[in-house]
Amino acid sequence: MKTAGIIIVLLAGALLLYATRDFPPWGALDSPASTHVSPRYLQKAMEETAVPNVVTAVLADYRGFDTMFETTVIFCAGIGCFILLRVFRQRPGDRYYRHIATEITLHIKGGRIPKKSSEFERIDALWTPYDLIIKTVCRILVPFIQLFALYVIAHGHHSPGGGFQGGVILGASVILLAISHNMRTAIDRFSEKTNNLLMAIGVFIYTGIGTVCILLGAGFLDYRSLSAVLFVDKIMARSHGIFGVEIGVGITVMAVMISIYNNLASAGKQDEGL
Amino acid sequence: MSELIPLIVAKYNYWLYIILMMIGLYAMIAKNNLVKKLVGMNIFQTSIILFYVSIGCKKGGTIPIIHHGIHAGRHVVDPAHYVNPLPHVLMLTAIVVSVSTLGVALALAVKIYNRYKTLEEDEILARLRAK
Amino acid sequence: MIWQLDLAILTLVIVTAVATIAVKDLLGCAILFGAYSFLMCLLWAIMAAVDVAFTEASVGAGVSTVFFVAAVFRTTRRTRD
Repeated sequence: MKTAGIIIVLLAGALLLYATRDFPPWGALDSPASTHVSPRYLQKAMEETAVPNVVTAVLADYRGFDTMFETTVIFCAGIGCFILLRVFRQRPGDRYYRHIATEITLHIKGGRIPKKSSEFERIDALWTPYDLIIKTVCRILVPFIQLFALYVIAHGHHSPGGGFQGGVILGASVILLAISHNMRTAIDRFSEKTNNLLMAIGVFIYTGIGTVCILLGAGFLDYRSLSAVLFVDKIMARSHGIFGVEIGVGITVMAVMISIYNNLASAGKQDEGL
Repeated sequence: MSELIPLIVAKYNYWLYIILMMIGLYAMIAKNNLVKKLVGMNIFQTSIILFYVSIGCKKGGTIPIIHHGIHAGRHVVDPAHYVNPLPHVLMLTAIVVSVSTLGVALALAVKIYNRYKTLEEDEILARLRAK
Repeated sequence: MIWQLDLAILTLVIVTAVATIAVKDLLGCAILFGAYSFLMCLLWAIMAAVDVAFTEASVGAGVSTVFFVAAVFRTTRRTRD
């Protein structure tokens, strides 16, 4: 297997190295990729959509249909991970509780779950004491990470950023909470049901904006027609349409990241995690 | 010799991307562990994304955010001053899709481990044949 | 862009890529993959692809490393190659 692999890799590499002879020099102004459609985007994006960040304008407006299906792919990946890993039938397994004052650990086999009390703390089977510094720092840090994520989504028109990046940062903040405390804390704050609903709601917002455009008499995802309901001119309507779409993308990406992490780290039980 | 150095400066980027791609492809074919194969797949993916982004580069070009604001005024945009935004758009979505497909692949790896108690490819095949 | 800086970071990227697939521990592999992604993010920032660099910094270096660590936690660290 190793020798066959090396032969295939060397063959593919040699062919590609041979093909680089015909490439334009690195950074050439007249390379084929930079001559046809991209100058038009660069010249017209600002006056047509009022969005200075050309990447955002092309992503959500000129190529909005492409991005819609990319979002759907992410949604499908989240659903696929959920179906593959999630187990619903919970065996009444072993549970461990720790008395906080005396640090005595109780081991309960099966049976009913004791109600939440301030004296006992439920712990995982592979439990190590959580570090106070890490716990406190992460708890203080999470709101600021979320604020930054909202800024990234909202300011994607004028600076690098947008729905994908902001959504991933929002998801990462909840994942940070799950890692620094434990998975149950994160799921208490942000339940699985809400998360799975949000996964669908994001795609729904995206396609919904497209459908509203149809209902207003224009093509699918043609944001210019939104000027009738938003009471702005056609150029600003495109800018606002891009913003709405970015919100939908952000919600879906956030929910999918959290869902994949929760299912992966708890092997589908959503009970004990990393 | 004098014409070799401009050639190397013009093309070395592409050669190094191809080496990166070869590393990823080798890991996908020859490595025995499933997680190692996934790492190889991701290296392969990033090398291709790198190639796509690099064909949008322009010498002397700046980031594709049009100069704007109160003092910017209305001026004609010269495309030569900004790098090509189109590969960025396509690859930005590709990165996020790649991480969600990585999640699905890791979910499959966890399922396989739960069933066969190993991540090595040859041991899994041996157990499949023994059945 | 400065081609010396570009060449130095590309060399580091290739070194980390080789190390990632050569190391005999899956947790180390996951961490090295995070380093690889971060170097890749620097490379894109040099190429003026700021949006792609931002995405890679949050996705590749952040979330996908966490996914690898979570999967290794649920399976095993040991590997023969």
